[in-house]
Amino acid sequence: MEGLAQNPWAALAYLIAGVCFILALRGLSSPTSSQRGNRFGMIGMTIAVVTTLVVHAPMRNMVVGNGPVFIDGERATLLDPTALVEILVAIGIGAAIGIVTARRIAMTAMPQLVAAFHSLVGLAAVLVAAAAFLNPLAFGIADMVHPMIGDPFLAIRKVSRIEMGLGVAIGAITFSGSVIAFLKLNGNMGGKPIMLPGRHVINLALLAGILGLIGYFTQDQSPWIFWTITGLSFLIGFLLIIPIGGADMPVVVSMLNSYSGWAAAAMGFTLHNTAMIITGALVGSSGAILSYIMCRAMNRSFISVIAGGFGGDSGGGGGEAKEQRPWKRGSAEDAAFLMSQAEQVIIIPGYGMAVAQAQHVLREMADKLKEEGVRVKYAIHPVAGRMPGHMNVLLAEANVPYDEVFELEDINSEFAQTDVAFVIGANDVVNPAAKTDKSSPIYGMPVFDVNKAKTVLFIKRSMGGVGYAGVDNDVFYQDNTMMLLADAKKMVEEIVKALG
Amino acid sequence: MDFIGILSIFVMACFVGYYVVWSVTPALHTPLMAVTNAISSVIIVGALIAAAAGGLGATGATSKWLGLLGVVLAGVNIFGGFAVTARMLAMYKKKVR
Repeated sequence: MEGLAQNPWAALAYLIAGVCFILALRGLSSPTSSQRGNRFGMIGMTIAVVTTLVVHAPMRNMVVGNGPVFIDGERATLLDPTALVEILVAIGIGAAIGIVTARRIAMTAMPQLVAAFHSLVGLAAVLVAAAAFLNPLAFGIADMVHPMIGDPFLAIRKVSRIEMGLGVAIGAITFSGSVIAFLKLNGNMGGKPIMLPGRHVINLALLAGILGLIGYFTQDQSPWIFWTITGLSFLIGFLLIIPIGGADMPVVVSMLNSYSGWAAAAMGFTLHNTAMIITGALVGSSGAILSYIMCRAMNRSFISVIAGGFGGDSGGGGGEAKEQRPWKRGSAEDAAFLMSQAEQVIIIPGYGMAVAQAQHVLREMADKLKEEGVRVKYAIHPVAGRMPGHMNVLLAEANVPYDEVFELEDINSEFAQTDVAFVIGANDVVNPAAKTDKSSPIYGMPVFDVNKAKTVLFIKRSMGGVGYAGVDNDVFYQDNTMMLLADAKKMVEEIVKALG
Repeated sequence: MDFIGILSIFVMACFVGYYVVWSVTPALHTPLMAVTNAISSVIIVGALIAAAAGGLGATGATSKWLGLLGVVLAGVNIFGGFAVTARMLAMYKKKVR
């Protein structure tokens, strides 16, 4: 059977699908064009799937009586309806599971869902690579070799072996890594990093082993090599993610997003399929750029995040260094009064808001304030939450108009002219130590200058806990800070009541 | 198509990806991840080929079943990914003035 690219119409269709995917991402440059972009994505996917079903329709040999039928010397084939039905049923099962999940999932659970979806892409890549390894003729990547001595055998092309090896390795890493990320985000596994002794050595050795085997695979296509590459890659994906702490998850999720793209691209090379290659490159760069943005927003290098271990118990500050400093406690009524008198209030949401599911009541509070003539804005740090854009989605879910929501750079200069900074479920992203204390683990991270606002209202469960980075926050002890110690949702509900 | 031909497409697509993704507004980063997830499931193409191929013997049959399983997984992602993206994007609204 010939490779896909040999059919020019199919090649053209895949190219169009690839262009549709580019337009899908292009649409996300603004919320107004985003829905049209998503439809482009769906169109592209439909084109790719239908083209494949047509070009690679399941066929069986035509048989009349007892013998096969030949037309112009070639074996005549017929569409195999059973196989087609099997495929359509498989698509149907996938569609049913996918749509039901997408409808039911809570917006706060989006990071877990994305991690779970990544794991599926990874596993699918592993399955496709394995299928291609077992049945290379179907993928047009093998040649019959007739050696001088011995029987003729099927040899998979060398380039295809490398592509296949890389595809299965990246796919397997994506799968096991995403499963761990899912378990951590979903709370089945503690968010604290699990540190193995000598893990860097183990990981590097595994990586070298995988690359070495892929190299050796070009010389010897024995199944054990293929399956060992697969097994080692599952293992390294698992080992890479377990030492990474909860709040570094935005980077991990972006990184796995990137990997799932590279896996698709590697398989695209194997199949000579432009749609897969273009998509793989798009998704790969998308994840890489998101990882970069997240790392920059924490002032940490990608390597230090991947090396893991940040945010553990050993993170200092939280333990013995607990000095008693005076702080002020406020009530919901105080907060309501202060905010209703304000000209401008800036709300800074963090992961705590997502945990408490406080986004809806927060918007109610903002509505009440707006009725009193207060200007309300929301300020979102790039790493707030557990995945890029997490807070924006939650606020959008609560019907907060997106033009009231601002990025760090756009709003940070406004705090000096703001009456109330309302911090809900965030901590490290408002810690001035990031600017002043060189010894702090978060030094250099861009933060909101909430301490410049006239008053800071800080919702926190208790004074005991510190942020993810394990550092104390000077904002707690400022004269103009009022601590509102309670569950975020309950506190905001009380403020709404107090606003009347 | 030869290897260099495909490699060229790949390299160009990386550049396109770079510029397109930087132009995505940060507010839409979560939908971006969801939609990239959906489109990376274009890997279903490979799964469909495996599922449709009439294999020889036991390895051929295994290959076919691996393909069908791949179709299910990628199908979950495609439908789930686009549906959840659509659901999120529908929530982003401008201020009603």
